[in-house]
Amino acid sequence: MSDASSKLMDQLHTQVGVKHAALGITLLIYPLVASDFFTFQIGGYSLILGTIALSLMMLVGYGGIVSLAQLSVAGLAGYLVAILGENTSGVHGFGWPWWVVVPTAIAAATFFSGIIGAVAARTDGIYTIMITLAISVVFFYFTRQNYEIFNGFTGFSGIKPPVIFGVDLIAPVPFYYLCLAVAASCYFAVLYGKRSTFGLAFQGVRDNARRMEALGFSPFLHRVFAHVLAGVVAGMAGVLLVWFGGRISPGTVGINVTIDILVIAVVGGIIHPIGPFVGALVFVLLETFAIDFIVPERFNTLIGLVFLTIIFFSPNGLVGIWDRICESITPNKKGEGV
Amino acid sequence: MKRFAVGMGALAVAMTGLLTANAADDNTIKIGALATLEGAFTVLGEDGMRGVEMALQEVNYTVAGKKIELLKGSSDASPDSAIRATRKLVERDGVKVMVGPLSGSEGLAVRDYAKTQPNVTFINGTSGAQDTTLRDSAPNFFRFSTDGAQMMAGLGEYVYNVKGYKKLAVVAEDYSFPYTQVFGMLEPFCRLGGKAPAKARFWVPIGNKDYSSIIAALPDDVDAIFVALGGSDAINFLTQYEQAGGDLPLVGGSITVDQTVLSAKGRTRKFIIGVPSAGPLADTWDDPRWKKFVADYKKAFPKGFPSPSLFAQFYYINTKALLLALEQVGGDVSDGGVKLRAALSKLEFDTPTGKVRLDERRNGIANNFVTEVAVGPDGNLINKTVKVIENVNQTLGVPYEEFLKYGPVSRTNPVCE
Repeated sequence: MSDASSKLMDQLHTQVGVKHAALGITLLIYPLVASDFFTFQIGGYSLILGTIALSLMMLVGYGGIVSLAQLSVAGLAGYLVAILGENTSGVHGFGWPWWVVVPTAIAAATFFSGIIGAVAARTDGIYTIMITLAISVVFFYFTRQNYEIFNGFTGFSGIKPPVIFGVDLIAPVPFYYLCLAVAASCYFAVLYGKRSTFGLAFQGVRDNARRMEALGFSPFLHRVFAHVLAGVVAGMAGVLLVWFGGRISPGTVGINVTIDILVIAVVGGIIHPIGPFVGALVFVLLETFAIDFIVPERFNTLIGLVFLTIIFFSPNGLVGIWDRICESITPNKKGEGV
Repeated sequence: MKRFAVGMGALAVAMTGLLTANAADDNTIKIGALATLEGAFTVLGEDGMRGVEMALQEVNYTVAGKKIELLKGSSDASPDSAIRATRKLVERDGVKVMVGPLSGSEGLAVRDYAKTQPNVTFINGTSGAQDTTLRDSAPNFFRFSTDGAQMMAGLGEYVYNVKGYKKLAVVAEDYSFPYTQVFGMLEPFCRLGGKAPAKARFWVPIGNKDYSSIIAALPDDVDAIFVALGGSDAINFLTQYEQAGGDLPLVGGSITVDQTVLSAKGRTRKFIIGVPSAGPLADTWDDPRWKKFVADYKKAFPKGFPSPSLFAQFYYINTKALLLALEQVGGDVSDGGVKLRAALSKLEFDTPTGKVRLDERRNGIANNFVTEVAVGPDGNLINKTVKVIENVNQTLGVPYEEFLKYGPVSRTNPVCE
């Protein structure tokens, strides 16, 4: 028994690690020291964007699939929350309870992602990017011009997260912890999935699809299934995104936001699932505060320059910088990310 | 390694800068201003900010003995970005009074947000969606400017009676402000017997670049095209219509042939001379108040437009209203803005375009101008005054209850078949 428990502790130690524990504690006590604005608008938003970017990172990092449609998947979940739940726009808003709406939205997002995977999985490289970009553009213009389902340019507003067990989830601190819980479970699921049988085979497909096929694995099915998993992650983030803003409109799923998600993943680093979250935090801080540092008309230039600098000095993004610091401190040990 | 150390050091410094809250000072008032400083409406937003700065320069950035600190926010005309920028100004920078936003659907979103911040006073920029104040208004959202339908006052009658156009095609952007403009234009036009069938109305997304399919689909059996596009959208449509050899006369929305478009270079210039339009200003109005405003604008912003656009004017008026009310309450917003809002509600003051006061839903009642594009004395295109419509209210002269029966603005209101 004690043997088993010490083994469990051991496993916990290798799986979770000191760095994770430190990071986890920091994130848990963060709302206690930060203001409401930093808890909700910076913390919550970073975790949501990070989770969407994580769904891209798992496809790029482990499968070499650059999918630009992840935001559309999240957006579909968000739209479904607005349509099936309650909104104040006077269009749709079926008023279903949240415990029906949320699973339905995530399931639909997952299905949508699977379909995208099935369409895109036989291509690779730039062709995958083209197909998923096209899907993303179509989704954006469809939501903007369709009034029957998506209510066009105006979209939906007045969407509120539910009150569960007396906790109003729109309050900054509960909302932050909700985002943290979702982000952390996705993060650990991705870490676990990377080492699972499927994850290893998926990385094999990335490295040499033809050899994997010869070994009896189907690259097509592996890619589609990876899209399905990424759809679950993006779908959950989409629900949080619409609760966070209280509204959703085509601007939420626009092409520039799609590019933002790609930038977040790349700047953070696509070699480790912590990358998207680091990237999202830097992105949100810059987007919010760049305007205070430079003439307001030119703040986007500053954002662009910072991202260029990061990528120029470290092709693996901020996670890459961290790795190199670890390496230079302990030259004999190879850095392992966080 | 050294390089990284330097980089990390710089990052740490930047982070500390971010996290140290701005020290609150009793002798300064923070005013937040939100406009579109990115996206298709950038040029418009920049002129809006000029209006804010003009009003502040007039009082030398002080009101009731307190120093004014102006904090700018930027959106890209999408409601989401407007909310993000507003939240940052209100919740992080702690402004108690906000001026903005610029665009129609942004206004609706900010009005909804205003309801969650009852202690902050919101004053519109230029956003002109009807429902921002008409239905479901927020008690702390004020609009001293007019909505898109008010800005069209007089044009429907002018086009039908004087120009003699009986049937129109419509090209407009697909969101709340152009809906309001089309409603304001067509409502009197159709009442007089004019036609604008639904299949001859073309709704394009903001930021649309290619109008060839719309130009090809424009019907031949109409007398004119009513174009309600703004910023780069208007320029793109006008250029492409001219290049395609279009020969139908045009009727312009309030921001279709205003200074933001008229000052653009190129062959479109000749093409749009004589286009009738309506809006809250006319470049050639010979009222001394307006002339002084134009002179001040030109002096303050030599690089601005040849004459202030409605964005500069409306942001100026709204900021000015805020300053007047702040002066009245001695710059005191410590009571959650209760006194300030009471002062704003009662405010009646002289603007460059005449007297402005508010109705009971806190929407402006102001003059409107029917105009026509002409060549000015120094070769610039300007809007010359055709007619001044005085004291246009939001319900266009009809009682409130009756006006509500017209229904909310949309792609198909009024029907007009």
